[in-house]
This record gives sequence, structure tokens and C-alpha cells, in this order.
Amino acid sequence: MNINATLIGQSISFFLFVWFCMKFVWPPLMVALNERKKNIADGLAAAERGRQEHELAERHAKDVIREAKDEAANIIAQAQKRSSEIVEEAKNEAKAEGDRLITAANAEIDQEINRAKEALRGQVVSIAVAGASRVLKQEIDEKAHNELLEDLVAQI
Amino acid sequence: MAGEIHTSTDYIKHHLQNLTWGQHSDGTWGLAHTAQEAKEMGFWAFNLDTLGFSVVLAVIFFFLFHRVAKKATTGVPSGAQNFVEMIVDFINDSVRGSFSGKNDLVAPLALTIFAWIFLMNLMDLVPIDWIPGLAGMVGLPFLKVVPTTDPNATFGMAIAVFALVLYYSIKIKGVGGFVGELTLQPFGKWALPINLFLEGVTLISKPISLALRLFGNMYAGEMIFILIAIMYGSGLMMGSFAGILQLGWAIFHILIITLQAFIFMTLTIVYLDMAHQEHH
Repeated sequence: MNINATLIGQSISFFLFVWFCMKFVWPPLMVALNERKKNIADGLAAAERGRQEHELAERHAKDVIREAKDEAANIIAQAQKRSSEIVEEAKNEAKAEGDRLITAANAEIDQEINRAKEALRGQVVSIAVAGASRVLKQEIDEKAHNELLEDLVAQI
Repeated sequence: MAGEIHTSTDYIKHHLQNLTWGQHSDGTWGLAHTAQEAKEMGFWAFNLDTLGFSVVLAVIFFFLFHRVAKKATTGVPSGAQNFVEMIVDFINDSVRGSFSGKNDLVAPLALTIFAWIFLMNLMDLVPIDWIPGLAGMVGLPFLKVVPTTDPNATFGMAIAVFALVLYYSIKIKGVGGFVGELTLQPFGKWALPINLFLEGVTLISKPISLALRLFGNMYAGEMIFILIAIMYGSGLMMGSFAGILQLGWAIFHILIITLQAFIFMTLTIVYLDMAHQEHH
């Protein structure tokens, strides 16, 4: 219970311990604490940013999907239009082709008719000549009347 | 020594005597074997138990905290680091709450005071005869386990704090400012002696109240433990009753030792804050 030099010893050790604490214990702990505090704050900020970006991306995705749908509808409409066009074209072409074929057939038929007419005409002449010659065999000299006959043939 | 104890009075006196090392009246240096011898050694003597226990406790504290501080990670803290960070955070909050200036010394100072005083007070919870009993077997005449029940320890710390208060008062306000603060208020310069007396008392009361508050609380607590321990010697009934009392007092004492460490720390912060303020 006596006051003695312990007082001085205690004061000196007190200063030594405070110095040690200030030098080697407190700063590294505070650095770690502050750094963690900063990390947590950064993490929270990043999470918030990520959430916003996600929202933005979702909205963007919705836009893209809507555009794609519109485009698809457009394409389908165009395709339908085009297909009906093609059918129409095919119809027209077929009709034209049919018409062309009919005209060609008609022309050929006309030609055949003309040819047959020519052949018939030649045969009629020779038959007429043969008939006439049989009738007139006796009376008409072939040589004398040849000129007349040829004239007749040319007339027919 | 255990053999010398006959009465309760002897037992109490024995427990309140520090292990003192100093110069005997015949000129030789050595341990005091009686309270009388210790008294005759005068000022230039050392209480080896107070110094020893306080230094050992501080070394244990710094060993633990320094080890954690060296490996402190900014990631998820492990068990020990978690514990240390909890304390450091608590101290840091206290300092920020009561200290408005900017000084890198105050927070480590507060941590040292809190942890050191807490550990010294904690020795009070060790049953009072264990360590002195062991020391008696080794041959030491006295041993007082709780350094804060020695006024030398509490005054030593309070004087150190007081020195810091004076140092920062003069450093921040200058010698003139500090002297002015002591002499020119509260009544103006015409009442200079009264001012000096009032402010002087205020100033001096700071370290004295710091030291005596801690010493008084711990001394009283220690005394109650000693009185409870005396009851162990008086029969089975009283002995078991004393056991219950000791348990109850120890549990209550946990509150006191923490509170006293906290009060010492907070008042130190407040005094240093006042030293840093130019005008009140």
C-alpha cells in the first residue's frame, strides 16, 4: 500500500505499451477494417449497378423480340402476297400457252386443207381429162386438140 | 508466509501487502519480509508483483493482438480476428464519439488502456489464494495478484495520462494559451488567484479521480473476496455459504471490471479531447 517507485515503472511501461500499440497493433487492424469496409461498399454498389444493367437488358430484349415478331409478320405477309402472284402468273402463262397451241393447230389444219385441195384439184383434172379423152377418143385427135386441152387444164 | 498467519487480521494484512523489493535499513537490497520492512524502504522500492503481473498481462495482450494484426485479412475474418476486430471497432467508435480532434495517438491509447486495465482487473476473478499460495511454496513472502488494487499502478497510469493531457494542452494551445486557460477564466483577469485556484483544482482532480476511482473499486472488490475467503475457515455451513457468495460476487465483479476499464478509457479520451479544444 506504500507509494513507491512502482509508480514510475508503471508509467514508463504504460508509455511503452501505448507506443507499441500505436506502432504495430492499431494501424494494420485499421487498414484491414477500412479496406473491408470499402470492399463491401464497392460490392454493394456493383450489385446495384448490375441490377440496373439487368433491368436495362431486359427492356432491350423485349424491344428486340417485338421487332423480330413484327418482321416475321411482315415476311409472312410478303410471302403470301408473292405466292398469290406466282399462282396468278402461272395461270396467265398457261392460258397464253394454250392459246398459242390452239392457233398453231388451226394453222396446220388450214395448211392440210389447202394441200388436200391442191391434190384433189390435180386429180379432178386428170380424171376429167381421162373421162373426156374416153368420150372423145375417136373423134378428137390427141395431137390436134392438145393445145385446147392444155388451155383447159390451166383454166381449172 | 502461510505459517505466520494466525488470525483473520493477519490473513487480510497478508493479502494486502505487495511483494516489495528495495533497500533495507541496513543498506542491503532485497525483498521485504514484513509490512514494516516494506514501509521502511521508502520511495525507492519496487512492487515486483504489480510490475510483473501488469507487464506479463500486457505482453500477453500484445502478443495476441499483434499476431492477429500481422495476419489481418480484408476478406472474411477468422475467429481470432473477428474477436479482435470487434474490440477494435468498439474502441474506435468510442473514440470517434467523444474525441473531436485529429490525433492518431488517442485510439491506440484507448485500446491499450481498456485492454490492459481489463486484464489486470480480470486477475481479481482468480481465487485469491491460488497464486499467492503457489508463491508461498516457492518462498515469496507476499504476492498481490491484481495490479489495479495497488495505488502505484493506477496512479502510474493516471499520471501518464495526465502528462499526455499537459503535453497536448501546451502543444495545441501554446504555453500562453494554456496558462491563460488556467488563469483568465471563469471570472476574468481581475480574479486571477481565484481562477488559478479553481482551474488548478479542476486540472489536478483529473488524474486523482482517474486513479482513485479505479483503485477504490478494485480494492473494495478484492477486500470482499478476502472476507469471503475468511469464511471458508469457519465450518461446513459457512464454507458452502461462502462458496455461493463468492460465485455471486465474481459474476457481479465481471460487470465491475469491464465497467471500470471502460470508464478509465472514456475519461482519458474526454480529458484529451478537452486538451485539444481551444475554447470551451
